[in-house]
Amino acid sequence: MQDLGIRVLFLGNNLQRLLGGLWITLRISLIAVACSIVLGILLGMLMTVRNPVIKALTKLYLEFIRIMPQLVLLFLVFFGLTRSFGINLSGETSAVIVFTLWGTAEMGDLVRGALISIPKHQYESGAAIGLTRWQVYHYIMIPQILTRLVPPAINLTTRMIKTTSLVSLIGVVEVLKVAQQMIEANRYTVPDSALWIYGTIFFLYFLVCWPISLAAKKLEKRAW
Amino acid sequence: MKKFFAVLFTTAAAFGVLTGCGRTKEAEAVKEEAASESAVYRTLDEIRKSGSVKIGVFSDKNPFGYVDENGHYQGYDVYFGDRIAKDLGVAAEYISTDAANRVEYLKTGKVDIILANFTVTAERAESVDFALPYMKVALGVVSPDEALITGPEQLNGKKLIVTKGTTAETFFTEHYPEVELVKFDQYTEAYNALLDGRGDAFSTDNTEVLAWALQNEGFSVGIESIGNLDTIAPAVSKGNETLLNWINEEIRALAEEEFFHADYKATLEPVYGTAVDMDSLVVEGGVVEDTKTE
Repeated sequence: MQDLGIRVLFLGNNLQRLLGGLWITLRISLIAVACSIVLGILLGMLMTVRNPVIKALTKLYLEFIRIMPQLVLLFLVFFGLTRSFGINLSGETSAVIVFTLWGTAEMGDLVRGALISIPKHQYESGAAIGLTRWQVYHYIMIPQILTRLVPPAINLTTRMIKTTSLVSLIGVVEVLKVAQQMIEANRYTVPDSALWIYGTIFFLYFLVCWPISLAAKKLEKRAW
Repeated sequence: MKKFFAVLFTTAAAFGVLTGCGRTKEAEAVKEEAASESAVYRTLDEIRKSGSVKIGVFSDKNPFGYVDENGHYQGYDVYFGDRIAKDLGVAAEYISTDAANRVEYLKTGKVDIILANFTVTAERAESVDFALPYMKVALGVVSPDEALITGPEQLNGKKLIVTKGTTAETFFTEHYPEVELVKFDQYTEAYNALLDGRGDAFSTDNTEVLAWALQNEGFSVGIESIGNLDTIAPAVSKGNETLLNWINEEIRALAEEEFFHADYKATLEPVYGTAVDMDSLVVEGGVVEDTKTE
């Protein structure tokens, strides 16, 4: 009678389905993270420019993305674009766009914070000892900015990976949705499968996010 | 769904305030124009030509729409979806939907048909077109075998467990005020209360109590169908007449072979067992006969 719920994982090709779902989760989040880092650094630099128009625009963008729940953004891009402009994007493309928009905004703010956290006198001291502008950036600024930037950026990355579970609401079957499908499909035959499957999901997310944290630690310690 | 729209509308309203209301109105007018110019949906011919029909189903609502261990869609709704595709002469492409986004999928034409246990309501009928029903749901009452409740009048003066916000709560409050209601926020709490004997019976959707009673020995559904009868029907995008008419014809034609009885036997009977009266759930040919115990 010891009917363990974990056996659901090994029915048919459930395990492949779960890993397939994980691949979709990873594909969406990693593309979005990569785009966000590049665009976020540009945005962050733009945010430190002393131009009131640029400042207002970037601020508006950041606040808009921050205030909107990601789910609403997903609905706006997936359904809203089709309804208002007839642009029909696939669920996965919509997801990448939304997560890139979100990641860029958050990343931009992190970069801005790191940039302005370097005291002005360091720029001046560098110039005083005859370093060129480029040398000041290369030897003084960038190493410090990076060490300040890496921890919050990694935090953002893992948060983005976990938030991709929302994409199931625009029809993209990612890892968490596959898990729910498996639990529901066996609702009557293996009622206690939920704990086991969610446990597996926990383990899978951990497996994805942990190496990123490890890499971050290395990056932080590295002498630039 | 309501919450989503509330959020969307709030955002829209906020923008209205920010950008001046005049402009929002203009934008809306443009939107409406665009909608009337080009239909979002695909007509019957377009679907046939494309070679596949896009059907939105639940992927995690066993036994109505779910995915089996081999990754194939299964369930009462899917059984019908397969038949629609076969009779249209195209392949069925299933898209996983949730309760919250079913209407949006049709409004944007991202699916051709929704077959996701979609209850017909007047509010929804304003934004989508419902075909003839293929199933009906009402309330059911489950109680312990040793004190089985078989009629609503037996409940007078007794404790009936309900979940807050469900049709069961409103129905019994309105029609049977002498029944003492014990209310809970969540289904699990309500079922646990019934197991503990904190109430004499529990009422919610009959499909739900029927499945639960089968899993829990010592409990049976004494009243299989009571209250307002809701029907479940396929839905298409508003105005997609060719497809709507075809589905209606299909449902009428399928009555001859008692298709939905066969569907029930294949998908629902393994869950509800043979004790349940099939005709209290199945609708054949779109004709709803009232089988209430009232």
